[in-house]
Amino acid sequence: MAAIIDIHPAKHRTRVRRATAESAWSRWLVISIAVGFMGLMFVLPLVVIFQEAFRKGWDGYIEAFDDRATMHAIWLTLKVAAITVPLNTIFGLAAAWCVSRFRFRGKRLLTSLIELPLWVSPVIAGLIYVLLFGAQGFFGPSLKEHGIKIIFALPGIVLSTIFVTFTFVARVLTPQMEAQGQAEEEAAMTLGANGFQMFWRVTIPKIKWGLLYGIILCNARSMGEFGAVSVVSGHIRNKTNTVPLHIEVLYNENQFVPAFAVASVLTLLALATLILKTLTTTKRGAA
Amino acid sequence: MARTRHVLPGFRLSLGFTITYLSLIVLIPLSMLVWKASTGGWDGVLNTITHARVIASLKLSFTTAFTAALVNGFFGLLTAWALERYSFPGRRVIDAMVDLPFALPTAVAGIALVTLYAPNGWIGAWLAQYDIKAAYAPLGITIALVFVGFPFVVRTLQPVIADLSMELEEAAACLGANRWQTLTRVVFPALLPATLAGMTLAFGRAVGEYGSVVFISGNLPFKTEIAPLLITMRLEEYDYSGAATIGVIMLIASFLILFTADLLAQWNRKRTGH
Repeated sequence: MAAIIDIHPAKHRTRVRRATAESAWSRWLVISIAVGFMGLMFVLPLVVIFQEAFRKGWDGYIEAFDDRATMHAIWLTLKVAAITVPLNTIFGLAAAWCVSRFRFRGKRLLTSLIELPLWVSPVIAGLIYVLLFGAQGFFGPSLKEHGIKIIFALPGIVLSTIFVTFTFVARVLTPQMEAQGQAEEEAAMTLGANGFQMFWRVTIPKIKWGLLYGIILCNARSMGEFGAVSVVSGHIRNKTNTVPLHIEVLYNENQFVPAFAVASVLTLLALATLILKTLTTTKRGAA
Repeated sequence: MARTRHVLPGFRLSLGFTITYLSLIVLIPLSMLVWKASTGGWDGVLNTITHARVIASLKLSFTTAFTAALVNGFFGLLTAWALERYSFPGRRVIDAMVDLPFALPTAVAGIALVTLYAPNGWIGAWLAQYDIKAAYAPLGITIALVFVGFPFVVRTLQPVIADLSMELEEAAACLGANRWQTLTRVVFPALLPATLAGMTLAFGRAVGEYGSVVFISGNLPFKTEIAPLLITMRLEEYDYSGAATIGVIMLIASFLILFTADLLAQWNRKRTGH
């Protein structure tokens, strides 16, 4: 049981298995189950997206984007991300700073509350803003009086997207900043830097890779949010349809090639996010 | 509160901004849910939650999420173990791919999964030979929820496996245990709390999932209608308090799930000493 003899004729050598390792065949079994599962659940859906998108070749793929509603959806999604990502980045920096650098009462409660939006159903994330700003909502009557539209319009889409992507930058930065410690910042302050200089010249360079990954992740999620936005947007074509909602519309109209072509763009964004995560792992000092 | 002077600046500014932003975006809007649910009064709440269609959808959401969490517990443990302990070609690619459900928009996952599992899809056609219906059935919902919950189990387990001290396994081997005995009596008990914590998080994520499920589920009332979908239906009927009531039930469930995950994390710290 302890030794496995490799009988390959080219290399007569005996490999001794360590007592804290599994036998070769059980290792092989575990790896194949894991790889097989990942292939079935993760790789195959990706293959399907591109296969369906290119069903009518390159021309069909390009043609899918030659559509007013599609271009409008892309433009709207870019606008939503352009508002959401900076706001959540500022919040993420502030939250990570106070959680990782100071001890105060209620810190655990605060960190739990920051994580909360991740565990709330996206539908509820949309619902709460309808209850606040919808026609029958809390502020509904007074908003109507002033002619301000939040639900079924850009502000509602932005608010629910902010809710859904609320946690990401803080979630990436906090453990990194806790692990890095604060000796450099303290040194900067002792040497006479003011708070602003310390932040820009010491903290930002220290956390830049984590910050970049947090921003990219927040961006991918804000461009891809479906459930929350679907509740508040009202699905008005050429007005309040974001890219994921537009994919749904195309799919339900059986326009499969355009639906998957648009989906493939978001898929590439997701893959780029994963690649960036892998590339920055060591630089972020993450496990 | 913070009477002591801090070495680093920005405590009041960052904490103040964090709490203000958190209140405006998360806490005040969420409290609306409770307010609106209560406008119907007790009768309204009872009417909503005893409605057969509501009960059926909640039951479906929780059972499919639970099944998905069990599946993820098994495959997540094996995958995390393979990623941390073995080296094999493509290990880094697999490791990166685990996060795919975090990055891929749920609607994109939804249309990809339904295309695969529909009766004319690659896997659906194969399953149809054995009279198994995946898409437009609870099985399809479970598959979608396995997809979204998987990273939570793997990412919770990986650091715990990496930190397991080899000495315990060496001691077990020295004391005459074979590898299987070491794994089942030493390694697995140490990994149990983290596995359960990861499964709980996967369950919590899956219960509220919407985008990746609505395409594959078929959305038949009483059969394949999940609770978040029912909320959107209630909203379309302008039954705001009904929608809010289902929302409150799901929110309470999320709190309980998070609380459980936190308890399991504490158990894990006690057991693994971290």
